[in-house]
Parts: sequence; C-alpha cells; structure tokens
Amino acid sequence: MIVFLSHLINGLSLGSVYAIIALGYTMVYGIAKMLNFAHGDVIMVGGYISYILMFNLGMPWWVALLAAMLVCTLLGVLIEGFAYRPLRAAPSLAVLITAIGVSYLLQNSALLIWKSNPKSYPSIIEGSLMLIKGETASDSLSVTYISLMTVGACVIIMVGLTLFTSNTKMGKAMRACSEDKGAAQLMGINVNKTISVTFAIGSALAAVAGVLMCSSYPTLSPTTGSMPGIKAFTAAVFGGIGSIPGAFLGGLLIGLIESFAKAYVSTQLANTIVFAVLIIVLLIRPAGLLGKYVPEKV
Amino acid sequence: MKKFTKIIALVLCFALIAAFAACAKDGGSETAAPAGDETAAPAGDETAAPAADGEAFKIGLVGPLTGPAAIYGNAAKNGAQIAVDEINAKGGIQFAYQAQDDEHDAEKSVNAYNTLVDWGMQALVGPITTTPAVAVSAEAANDRIFCLTPSASSTDVIDGKDNMFQVCFTDPNQGTASADYIAENLAGKSVAVIYRNDDAYSQGIRDTFVKEAEAKGIDVVYEGTFTDATSTDFSVQLTEAQSKNAEVVFLPIYYTPASVILKQAADMDYAPTFFGVDGMDGILTVEGFDTSLAEGVMLLTPFSADDPNAKDFVDAYQAAYGEVPNQFAADAYDAVYIIYQALQNAGCTPDMAAADICEALVAQMATITVDGLTGQGMTWDESGAVSKAPMAVVIKDGAYVTP
Amino acid sequence: MKKLQKSNLQSVSGSALPYIVVVAAFFIVTLLQKSGNLEQHMQGMLVPVCCYIVMALSLNLTVGIMGELSIGHAGFMSLGAFSGVVASQSLIDAVPNTALRLALSIACGACVAAVGGFLIGLPVLRLRGDYLAIVTLAFGEIIRDIITCLIVGHDKNGLHILFNFRGTKTVADLELVEGGLPIIKGAQGAIGTTKISSFGAGVILILIALFIILNFIKSRTGRAVIAIRDNRIAAESVGVEVMKNKMIAFVISTTLAGAAGALYGLNYTSLAADKFDFNKSILVLVFVVLGGLGNMLGSIISATVLTLLPEVLRGFDQYRMLIYAIVLILVMLATNSPKMKALLQKLLQDVKTLLFKAVPKRKSEGEV
Repeated sequence: MIVFLSHLINGLSLGSVYAIIALGYTMVYGIAKMLNFAHGDVIMVGGYISYILMFNLGMPWWVALLAAMLVCTLLGVLIEGFAYRPLRAAPSLAVLITAIGVSYLLQNSALLIWKSNPKSYPSIIEGSLMLIKGETASDSLSVTYISLMTVGACVIIMVGLTLFTSNTKMGKAMRACSEDKGAAQLMGINVNKTISVTFAIGSALAAVAGVLMCSSYPTLSPTTGSMPGIKAFTAAVFGGIGSIPGAFLGGLLIGLIESFAKAYVSTQLANTIVFAVLIIVLLIRPAGLLGKYVPEKV
Repeated sequence: MKKFTKIIALVLCFALIAAFAACAKDGGSETAAPAGDETAAPAGDETAAPAADGEAFKIGLVGPLTGPAAIYGNAAKNGAQIAVDEINAKGGIQFAYQAQDDEHDAEKSVNAYNTLVDWGMQALVGPITTTPAVAVSAEAANDRIFCLTPSASSTDVIDGKDNMFQVCFTDPNQGTASADYIAENLAGKSVAVIYRNDDAYSQGIRDTFVKEAEAKGIDVVYEGTFTDATSTDFSVQLTEAQSKNAEVVFLPIYYTPASVILKQAADMDYAPTFFGVDGMDGILTVEGFDTSLAEGVMLLTPFSADDPNAKDFVDAYQAAYGEVPNQFAADAYDAVYIIYQALQNAGCTPDMAAADICEALVAQMATITVDGLTGQGMTWDESGAVSKAPMAVVIKDGAYVTP
Repeated sequence: MKKLQKSNLQSVSGSALPYIVVVAAFFIVTLLQKSGNLEQHMQGMLVPVCCYIVMALSLNLTVGIMGELSIGHAGFMSLGAFSGVVASQSLIDAVPNTALRLALSIACGACVAAVGGFLIGLPVLRLRGDYLAIVTLAFGEIIRDIITCLIVGHDKNGLHILFNFRGTKTVADLELVEGGLPIIKGAQGAIGTTKISSFGAGVILILIALFIILNFIKSRTGRAVIAIRDNRIAAESVGVEVMKNKMIAFVISTTLAGAAGALYGLNYTSLAADKFDFNKSILVLVFVVLGGLGNMLGSIISATVLTLLPEVLRGFDQYRMLIYAIVLILVMLATNSPKMKALLQKLLQDVKTLLFKAVPKRKSEGEV
C-alpha cells in the first residue's frame, strides 16, 4: 500500500511537470494552430538561465525563476516574430519544419554556449513532508516539498489561465483568434499582437516548467527539453489539444500512467504503454478527452 | 508557385553540384592543402600547426562531439589533444591530430571515419562509443588501419578484428570484478541493480554481474531498468528497491543518471551502499552536484583525477578546458601515448603507408607494456582486450579513497 | 494553392525526368568512382544517400500525394532494417550469393514493413490532421521500444526469438546450439551483420520506387487518393472509398520505407534501434517538404543535398548542426514567406544578369 501510494505521488509529481509544459503547448496550438516543437527547448533555456543565476551567481531561487521567465518570454516573442510570423499564411507543414529548425537551433546554440557536460540542478526547495511515519524508511511515506510545489503551481497556472482566457479582454481576443482569425481581425482585434502575447505566456510557462522539472529531476543538458517536450505534446493531444483543462488532465494522466507502467509492468515499455493508451483514447475520442469535436463544414 | 518551385529545384541542383565538387578530389593536389586547412579548423587554437605531410603521423579520433552523447566524445577529444600537444612539444615523433563527430550514430561514424581516411589518417583513436565502434572497426579491418578505442568496452568491438584494441576494460571483465568485490567485501547484503538497458555498456556489465552474482551466492532482490528517454526520473525504481530492502544498489551506468539517482534517493531517505563501475567516475565533477550526496559511494575505476600520477594531466586539462577530466579523457590520453610508444618501438616513420603502420603496430601490441593514467603495466592479448587491474575506491569527503 | 500543386505534380510525373536524373547521376558517380576521383568519404555516403532518397520518395507518397502528415516514418524503416538484417544473417549459409541474398533481404524487409503499415494504418488512417501526426509519432516510438526488447538468433534449428519484457534476458537465454549466430542483441541492436549493400542495388531500388510511385499516382487508386486529399467530402460523395484507397497508398509507402531500411541496415555492421527515432522521421520529412510536396524529383534532390550538407560542413566542426538549423529555417522562410519570396526573386534576377555578364570572364580566366 505504501509502495502504491509512493508511486501515486511520483506519478502526480511527474504529471504536473508534463501538465505545465502541455499548458504552454495547448495555448499556442489553440491560437496559432501550429505545433511548436521548439517549446521543449525553451524549457531547457529556462533551466540554464535559472541555473546560472542560482548556482553561479548565488541569487535566491525566486529571482532566478523571474529572470528565467523574463528571458524565455523574450525568446518566445523573438522566435514568433522572426520565424513564425512571416509564415502565417504558409501551409502548416512549412511552419512545422521551421519549428523543428528553431528547435535544432536552440539545442545546438545551447551546446556551444553551455557545453555538453550535463549539470546537476540544485533543488529550489530541499526536504520533504512526512505523511506516514513507519518503523523503517521503507514503511514510511513522504512527499518532497518540490513535488508539492509543482502540483500546486500546476493547479494555480491552470486556474489562472482559465480565468484569464474567459474574463480578460486579451483572453477573449485569444479565444476569438482561435475560433476565426479573419473574423477576429474584422472585429478590430490585433491578431499579430494576440499571437505574440500567447507565445509570451507559453514561453513564460516553459520557464516555470524548466525550473520545476530540473528541481525534481536534477539534470540539465542541451537535450533536456526534447523528451519532456514530446511527452507534454502527447499529453496536450491526450486531453484535447487547445483545451486548457484538457492539457492539465492529460499531463496528470500521462504522468500517472508512466509511473505505474514503470512500477507494475515494465520500465522498458513505459513509453510504449503511454503511447498505446494515447492511441486507444484517440480512437475512441478522436479529439482527445476534453477536446471539442468540430464537424467538417461542406 | 510552380515557377518558384522550379527555381528552388535549380538552386538545390547547384548546391548538389557544389557539394559533389567540394567532395570529389581535384586531381593531384588532394592531400597537402586540404589537410592543413582542415586540421587547423577543428583543432581550434590549441595545437601548433602540424608539420607538413610525411613529417608527422596523422592520428584521427571519431566520437560524438554533438548530440546527447557529446560529453564522452568531447572529453576524449580534449584528452587526446593534450597528449598530442605534450608529445609534439617533446620533439621526436610528431603527431597531426584531427577529431571528427559521429553523433553516436553508426552511419555518421562511418562517414567521419572515411573523412579521416581521405585526410590520410594512419592510426585511429576511437570510436568512443560502442555501436559506432563496431561499425567503424569493420571498415578499418578492411582498410587495414590501426584502431585503438579509448572507451568502447563491448567485446563485440574487438571480436574477429586483429587490428582493433581497447584501452578500457571489457564489459564482462567489469561485471565479474564488481560481483567478486561485493561478494568479498559486502557479503550477505541484498543487492538491487539499476541499469540502462538500451545501452550496450550498461547491459553488458549487468549481464556478467548477475551471472557472477549467482555463482557467488549474492542475493539480487531487484533489477530496475531505464532507457535514454527515461533517464531523468528514478523514483519508481528507487521506491521498488527500497521496498525490497536492498542494502547495496549496483549502478553499472554513467555518472549523469547516477547523480540523479543519488539525489532522488537522498530525497526519499533511502541510503543503501551505492556501488558503481568506471562509468561512475566523473560524478564528483558534475557541475552543481552536491558531492556530500556521493559520500560512501563505492566504485571500481581505472582512473582517479586525484591520483598523484595524473596531476600533470589534470592540471593541463583544467587549464585548457576549465573542467576536471573524466575517465574518457584519461583513456583517450592513454590511447595516444600507447600509439606513441608502439610507433617508437616499431620504428615507424610518418611516410609509411597506413597499412604498413597497422601491421607494425599490431605486432607491437602483443609485446608492449604501458604505464598509463588508467592503469600500470597495461598489456594486450590477441583479441585486443586490455589487461589491467581495476581499483576499488570509496568516496569520502568529496574525494576517492582506497578502502 | 492545392490546384497549383497538383498541376505541378502532373507535369513532373508525366515526364521521364526523374528516371533520367537518377540514371545520369548513377553513371557520373560510377565514372568518378572507376577513375578514382571519388573520395572514400563520398563513396561511403552513396548507399545511405540512396536509402534516404527512397525514404523521401516513400514519405512523399504519404505526405505529398495522400496529404497526411506522418512523423513516425523511421519506425517502418526500422522494421525493414531489422527484419532485413535477420533475413540476411539467417540465409548466410543457404544463399551464399550476396546479390541474391540482398534482394531477398530487401524483399523480406519490405514485406514486414508492409504488414506493419497495414496494422498501423487501420487505426491511424481513421484520424485526421495533427491527431494523425501524433499517432504516427507514437507508433514510431512504440516500434523503437519493441525492437529494443527483441533478442534474435539463428542456428541450425532455425530462428530463435525472445521478447525481453523485463529487460533481464540476454543472448545466452536464446540457447543457440554450437555454430549459432546471435543477430539482434536487444538494446545493443544488430551487431556483427555482414555488409552486403551496394550502390548499384541502391540505384535499382530508387528506380523501382520511382516506377511504383509514379505509376501509382496515375492509376485509378492514385487518382482517387489525390481526389480524397483535395476534397475528401466531395470524393466520398461520388463514391470513392476513402479508407481502402488511403490504405493502399499507405501500405505502398511503408513497404518502400521497409525496403530502404533493409538496404540501410545491411550497409553497417552495427545497427541500434534507438537511431530510428523521432529525429530520423523528422529528417526525412524535411527532405520531403523542402523538395516540394508531391514532387518526386524534388525529393530526390533534397534528400541528396541535405544528406550531404552536414558532411560537407564537417570543416565547420561544432558549428555544423547550427548552420544546418539556420539553413533549414532560412529556406523555409524563403520559400514560404511572401516578402522573402519577392526579395529572393529579385535577387535571382540580379544574379542571373550578373551571371550572364560573368560567364565570358570566367572562361578567359580558365584559359589563363
């Protein structure tokens, strides 16, 4: 039972990281209708920026987090402006390839700047909370503060984003752009600005994800972002891409499935099981768990 | 659109022709000029320009300089560079040295190797990782070019090739040695193994370890695996190992995932004896890693950066690259010196053909004994495997101590 | 846009140009090789270039002709590669003739990939757009993981296959009898394969792939697939069977990918499953998109250029992949952004006038 509970906690913690990344993915997809493959690499950049500030310059973690968010926001807006904006009218495949190019660019720049040696990321909060005290270490159940913080941050971000998109003017503009860019423009919405803001938010979230992810899974290298990026993308599709609660739910479920598959089936095939579940869900609900199925208009 | 596609096709065509033109030899001037340029570029500013053709032996290195395995390739590249610089500074035999990237991919490694052959390489240090090493060794056996891999430790690398040698231990050797050590010094304790099963190195050591453990009566209570894609989170494996009361955790893996394991185990108050192999070496140098977490970790390693013999090398490496060298750097450094010594003993001259040098070196390897950073009195058998004694160390106060 | 693409495609498929280019390239390269003017580096690249060309052609059928984005194509290459290697290694004694063995192995790789394509096509082709993309990605990763778990060996009793579910089995568990040959060693992949691929076989495979694809496009099924791509609902309303036609195109595509994989696998003595990952699929997708959707000649050229590009850039050392990334982004921007297009066209015009003026000058230089 204790073992089961600790797997559950591990899964929730991993799932929350995926969920935060997936929220960024889903925001961008919902509005710009593009798969931003470079998102995972923005996470990596966020990780490095915060690492340098915290470890090399000895700043407190919240300063590092804010700085990483700032840098990533700028990076996101720059990428959008230079690489994606000129392709707004281009076929989606062209944008996809460009996004992959940006991903390679970020990874290889990181390799040149920060070298290939992985760094060990210092956790922003140490220690853990004892939930069940047992005789020995294997009888007791504890949860690290960083896991609690990740789950908390994930819920706050999800609620915040939902409120933001439904209540603020900018949020409404985002939803309008997501429905129909042409009509939104006719209504006086600045589509380019809206998309830029979306990228800014998505990238800031990536920075948060980067700091939390590296704190829980403390290794940082130029390729750190790519696998979580793919997993989070899976999570976003799982929950219904474009849907904010969907990304949250998808992320948590993918994390839980991965954790339990590793524990009870096979660590080898953990990824296979995650992807297999995704395929089954998509066959039953082609638009993901919480996605809206839009019938084709003739 | 249509017209535009045509234009693009045209541009691509030109690029193609240019690519072929750049690669095809242009008549007689093939060696001297490009060789000079190309060495200067990859080697950066560290080396003095190597002597012209026929005055220096051309040593090539193939390893992953970019991509996820880049850390191993770059360490080896830098380690070999220091050895080359030292040897060139001594006078006598001179080396021209060039490293090529293989991205830890068989296809790219053959390309990298062929690039070096075109350059006129006379002996190869590498490839650094196993899969590329197997692919390249087949080519090199065919071309008759002498190969000495610093770190590709699988027996598949040397099997059936007479001109392929290793500086590192073979995997079976390490697995057996680890099991023997645990049986002797940590007798009666239950053992868990966590290894990376999409990696030939890790899987190879685990296989022989488990076999030997069975023979020695070691109780292996849990085996956890992970892959490259899942090498950042070990909470599940550690929870399992803990719940099965494993007192020793054997980690036949590289130090990056090992650093994550140590940190996550500390977070969950799980403190068994961690036991590593040579891949664990380097854990104290991971930037940002809290070395107190590694307190009490045991490992079998041929190289220690704190070894007084290695001081000159470690200092030179730190001065040039700003980090403490790991075992890969030391292996590559030794590899260059082994080739140096064999060349000297065989009396080879740089104007000899690669195939002749290969035969001379292969003959030398059977008799040579080398004292290097990664082992005293290294000798080689016919298969190409090295014979040297592994050293067991314990980490205490952030340094290796012999127990 | 789509109409233009289609007319473009018809103009190309109508001509024999792709065949001519491939055959001409073959003769030029063979000539260079025979006269000793081709560096070993280039000679080593010939077979992989052929494999990537066939991969690009095959993916172009899925992405360009069928209009479905697949980002798991490397999975089929992997299926073909490993089954081809198994076939070749098992037949080493039975079929000593390497050319025949290569042909058989490629056929075997193609068949396995065809079966894989059919099984995966069943769920995948029901989905659309980005959902289809993610599922192909998922399948690519699943194939990779499953091959990582395989341990295969061959001895006189036949083929032994183990599925290494918990990662604790080894080659020793195959219990091969004396003289047996381990072929796939789980995570280590296929090690010790005898190299039998050749450039000639690669060119023949390209020609076969071209023949199959160009004729398929003109066939009844091919036209149906194009109709479905351009307007699925309209095609359905006139009685075109969507699932069946798409499935045929997809299976042809995966079969060719399997054949390319077998050729690739038999060109190296070691082959690891983790190399056929998401990045390799993307690599091939980049060939297709840069070469032009539906444009087979474009795929051939871009696969060649982009495979050679990182190799030609070796002199730039660690900046190589960075340059590759920048070139990729710039080419996409140049070919798709209206502003850049106009700029580029103007530039080309300038270059043209410049070139025509410069030609006589260059000649005189050559004479000196």
